[in-house]
Amino acid sequence: MRKVFGRPESLKDAPFHYCPGCGHSIIHRLVAECIDELQIREKTIGIPPAGCAVLAYNYFDVDMGEAPHGRAVAVATGVKRALPDRVVFTYQGDGDIAAIGTAETIHAANRGEKITVIFVNNGVYGMTGGQMAPTTILGQNSTTTPGGRNPDRDGLPIDLSEMLAITNGSAYIERTSVDSPKNINRSKKAIKKAFRVQMEGLGFALVEILSPCPTNLKMSPVEASSWIDSTVKKYFPLRVIKDETGKSGALPRSE
Amino acid sequence: MASKQKKGFIKIDEELCKGCYLCQSVCPMNLISVSEKLNQKGYHPAAYDEENMKLAEHQCKGCALCAIVCPDIAIEVYCE
Amino acid sequence: MSEKRLARGSHVIGEAAIRAGCRFYFGYPITPQNELTEYMASGLAALPNGVFIQAESELAAVNMVLGVSMTGKRVMTSSSSPGISLKQEGISYLAGQELPAVIVNTMRGGPGLGNIAPSQGDYFQATRGGGHGDYRTIVLAPGTGQELADLTRLAFEYADRYRIPVIILADGMMGQMMEPVEFPDPIDPAFLPQKSFVLDGAKGRPSRIIKSLLLDPPTMEEHNWKLYRKHQMIEEEIPEVEQYVTDDARLVVIAYGTASRIAKGAIKRAREMGLKVGLLRPKTLWPFPKKQIVEMTGMVSDFLVFEMSTGQMLEDVKLSLEGRRRIHFYGRPGGVIPTPDEIAKIITNIYFKQGLETEE
Repeated sequence: MRKVFGRPESLKDAPFHYCPGCGHSIIHRLVAECIDELQIREKTIGIPPAGCAVLAYNYFDVDMGEAPHGRAVAVATGVKRALPDRVVFTYQGDGDIAAIGTAETIHAANRGEKITVIFVNNGVYGMTGGQMAPTTILGQNSTTTPGGRNPDRDGLPIDLSEMLAITNGSAYIERTSVDSPKNINRSKKAIKKAFRVQMEGLGFALVEILSPCPTNLKMSPVEASSWIDSTVKKYFPLRVIKDETGKSGALPRSE
Repeated sequence: MASKQKKGFIKIDEELCKGCYLCQSVCPMNLISVSEKLNQKGYHPAAYDEENMKLAEHQCKGCALCAIVCPDIAIEVYCE
Repeated sequence: MSEKRLARGSHVIGEAAIRAGCRFYFGYPITPQNELTEYMASGLAALPNGVFIQAESELAAVNMVLGVSMTGKRVMTSSSSPGISLKQEGISYLAGQELPAVIVNTMRGGPGLGNIAPSQGDYFQATRGGGHGDYRTIVLAPGTGQELADLTRLAFEYADRYRIPVIILADGMMGQMMEPVEFPDPIDPAFLPQKSFVLDGAKGRPSRIIKSLLLDPPTMEEHNWKLYRKHQMIEEEIPEVEQYVTDDARLVVIAYGTASRIAKGAIKRAREMGLKVGLLRPKTLWPFPKKQIVEMTGMVSDFLVFEMSTGQMLEDVKLSLEGRRRIHFYGRPGGVIPTPDEIAKIITNIYFKQGLETEE
């Protein structure tokens, strides 16, 4: 018998502080597996977000530099422009990317900054106790949307990945999820491709990953995953939103 | 042609487990149950069902779906 | 050293930064400092490894600075008052993470949108930290064209030496004036000493973390006191002033930047009338030259603080003197530039009102 599944090298031994069933834990593992398989651990620099994953530097065994809330892509821009041959990624939540950091996100994409953005979309502000996020879906309860998200008061959930696809500098944008093993595997492929887009110098790459926050959804982990499947995907369909990589021939297009 | 099913087994780290039971929800062989024990964090960890495993139709195949879905990397998978 | 040449203030800062080995600049247009941003754009484009980005906001620019600083390279941003307000979050992070950077503020009238005329209304913002948390940044106040060059080079050295953001506090007038300047020889950034904290990929070493989040209060307290001890060291080592005709002065004007230039003109006129007046010009606003001010209290009976604001450095002068001598204040906020004659009148009024002409 040989071991076919174990802990990736690019993760430190520290047990995750995340809640039971939290998508961050799964996504951290996928990112670390990609770093292992691409053999880039020694040249990777990561920028964590504000939010539950602010402590991501306790887990990823790569150089990591903290950014203010929402500014990770601007900080990553500085790092990548200073060290163009390193692999620079940001790991951000929905508030970081699509609320406070919207301007920085759009402009980094527009400039085609050669960075990899992992966008964890769990539809809520987890760390601060469950307030509305820009991607909270209609009717979804949060501590700042009593009665559920209401379009008149709160607007509709924002399709940031679709907005980014319009920018000229974005090369690859895909939305996946971690609600099932099949989708987890797809997420890993997308993350790996997003790193390879950077390594080939093709432009801005982003993977949006629908992720469960069982604690703030007030559901069990199994229910939360199933809720993503039955409900969230209707607002945020899983798909390749943009893929310019095939043009240069450097990477195969995703279906 | 007779196909030989791969055999496998898993090890669950009871102290890393947070009792989310996503593994149980995806195991095609129904080999994961909830332990009556409590771990140090106060969760009832998932447990590899030794009893069920003895039934031929429930053999672990080392598919690793449980490990793929486990947020806490609490499961190691071994396969032939 | 190169030969002297005539150069506009904003351009002097840019040229000095590039000669100090700065190859990274991020900025956003705002009057009255666009000449500096534009100079950096063309200056860095002419260098093989120069990086200039006109960022989407001053906020984005300071965060790009944060990123470059994490990699250990010299980096600068600049703006004017409202844009510097936008940078405060980033400056707080730079200070908390002990990262070097140079930030140039060409002050204009305020608060709010204010106007584009020169002013000194950002003294508090610059010297009191400016952003949230317990920190300080070094603040250098050039008073001449040559100092725009010299203090810019010094800013990068201090930033690296102390691992602290450094603010160069100029104003719209200094940005526009043209004076002969001698530039020092350029530094090749490849020969700058390696920094120990950089993030450049964990090859052959454990991975590093640069952060300012310290959730455990005792750990945070320890860090705050560490920064405090660093500040104490800086306060010991670098305060600097210019003393102008102070040897026999009874009344000393304290002013910096453009105000000091106006004050010098006023003091010349006062001296022609036989008044024993001098100027103490702080070149470092933080650390404030308390010692040098107190040392003057031997002969000096009155100080006149003159600022282009409603009185901000005034508070530091009061704190330094702790009631030892009389302190007077004259201020013109809002971008109004008083004339040397006007200040000479103020000096004369105080001088005679306090009976300084009769003292021996």
